[in-house]
Amino acid sequence: MAGISRDAFLIAALARLIGDARSVAVGAGSPIPAAAALLAEEASGGRVRPMILGSSLCGPFNDNGPELFDRAGQGRIDVFFLGGGQIDGAGNINLVGTGPYPKPETRFPGSFGSAYLYFMVPRVILFREEHSRRVLVPKVDFISAPGASDVPLERRGGPDALLTGKALFRFSGARRRFGLESVHPGATMDEVRAGCGFEFDCPDAAPETPAPPVEWLALMNGPVRRRVAEVYPAFAETRLGA
Amino acid sequence: MTGPASLIALDALAERIPDGALLAVPKDESGVAMAASRALVRRAVKELHLLCVPTSGMQADMLIGAGCVGTVECGAVSLDEFGYAPCFRRAAETGAIRVLDSTCPAIYAALQASEKGQPFAPLRGVIGSDVQRHRADWKVIQNPMAEGEDPVLILPAIRPDIALFHAPLADVHGNVWVGNRRELVIMAHAAAATLATVEEIADINLAADERYAAGTISALYVDALAEAEGGARPLGLHGRYGRDDGALRAYAEAARSEDGFQSWLDRHVLSGREAA
Repeated sequence: MAGISRDAFLIAALARLIGDARSVAVGAGSPIPAAAALLAEEASGGRVRPMILGSSLCGPFNDNGPELFDRAGQGRIDVFFLGGGQIDGAGNINLVGTGPYPKPETRFPGSFGSAYLYFMVPRVILFREEHSRRVLVPKVDFISAPGASDVPLERRGGPDALLTGKALFRFSGARRRFGLESVHPGATMDEVRAGCGFEFDCPDAAPETPAPPVEWLALMNGPVRRRVAEVYPAFAETRLGA
Repeated sequence: MTGPASLIALDALAERIPDGALLAVPKDESGVAMAASRALVRRAVKELHLLCVPTSGMQADMLIGAGCVGTVECGAVSLDEFGYAPCFRRAAETGAIRVLDSTCPAIYAALQASEKGQPFAPLRGVIGSDVQRHRADWKVIQNPMAEGEDPVLILPAIRPDIALFHAPLADVHGNVWVGNRRELVIMAHAAAATLATVEEIADINLAADERYAAGTISALYVDALAEAEGGARPLGLHGRYGRDDGALRAYAEAARSEDGFQSWLDRHVLSGREAA
């Protein structure tokens, strides 16, 4: 990751995952996904349309209330980002707490819209920078949103990929498990394994997650930083500062 | 004031929220009645059922820390950029409060059912999550319109006793302008009563002005108003002022310990009088 910041690297990796999506929504407390959605918009010449919760400039379809969820319900959101206090190998995420419920050992904020959006948005990108056995667990203690459902449940979406600070995984809906896609520069396969509490499909050698092209760095230092500051001023100043 | 709403003082507004009330409050970006919440703490309201629409931050955390809350129903309680909500976390971990875990669209849908006078609302997704498993009041039914098997979650309508929020502007008729903060409209329509604090009260008619009418909650829904300049501070108010990040950071740090929270509360809430 020489020459670029860790944040810029992760923003670019998420922007790449957005791919050819059109409508990309970003929820609360998500500065890096918000920056990624803005980068994808800038890099695509406006084809990608970000909807950022809390933004009045980047939420042209957002009434600040239920519209985000209504749009997702109609299938008009292509990509959404979720994190997780715990994430397991079956793609289940836990945003509620560790240990027993309802009196957890450590209480997390809550499920937000995950229990709904995980079903309604075709591609949900999981992002959690901490790559540790504390986060990447064999089985979550509380299922805020399940990674997969048994038919005949109406479900159009679910996990697509998981980006951590060390690696990128892709989720297979058919196999109901993650497969290692690439390892970030500076991290090793052993570290990726050691920090992951769940089993995943693993090739003998994984490629390196590519670094962002030079043009993307310019976009991140310019318009992306300026625009993300509307919702995340502290992040824009301290973490995306030139 | 010529409309049905009455213009009262901030403390009198807080008096209208009884112990045990089902109180609906909006998320941080949508006009949080912080001054009124501090007045609630001073009057030591108890056992609130706090409905966060659909999330809350410092407001819920402060009310929980001050012992005002029995149940919190929410998509989440978090201080976002400033980290976890310390009093919420402590109270949930010790069992001092009951957390009724929900998911954001379920809260909107249940309020919209109440807005329409319907008994319940269906919602896609959620089935198979532990959120659903722990909600005995939610049911799964077969979609009666479908030919094949199609389970759907249904949620009972939520009718808050009171919706409480802070808005930029009201008029002398008791209409309240909330701009595009649509969840405030839903909250006011769904609740049995609405109490609002506002930055200013203007001698105009918001309902008669097309530029304001679409973002206006009719005085019909508004039971009482109190003028409270800066009433959302230290949170921000859309179009008026930004969030006071320094104050939020200081709160997040102070509230990490019970003692720290108590001294913060003494200093910023219990000993202070609101300017309004």
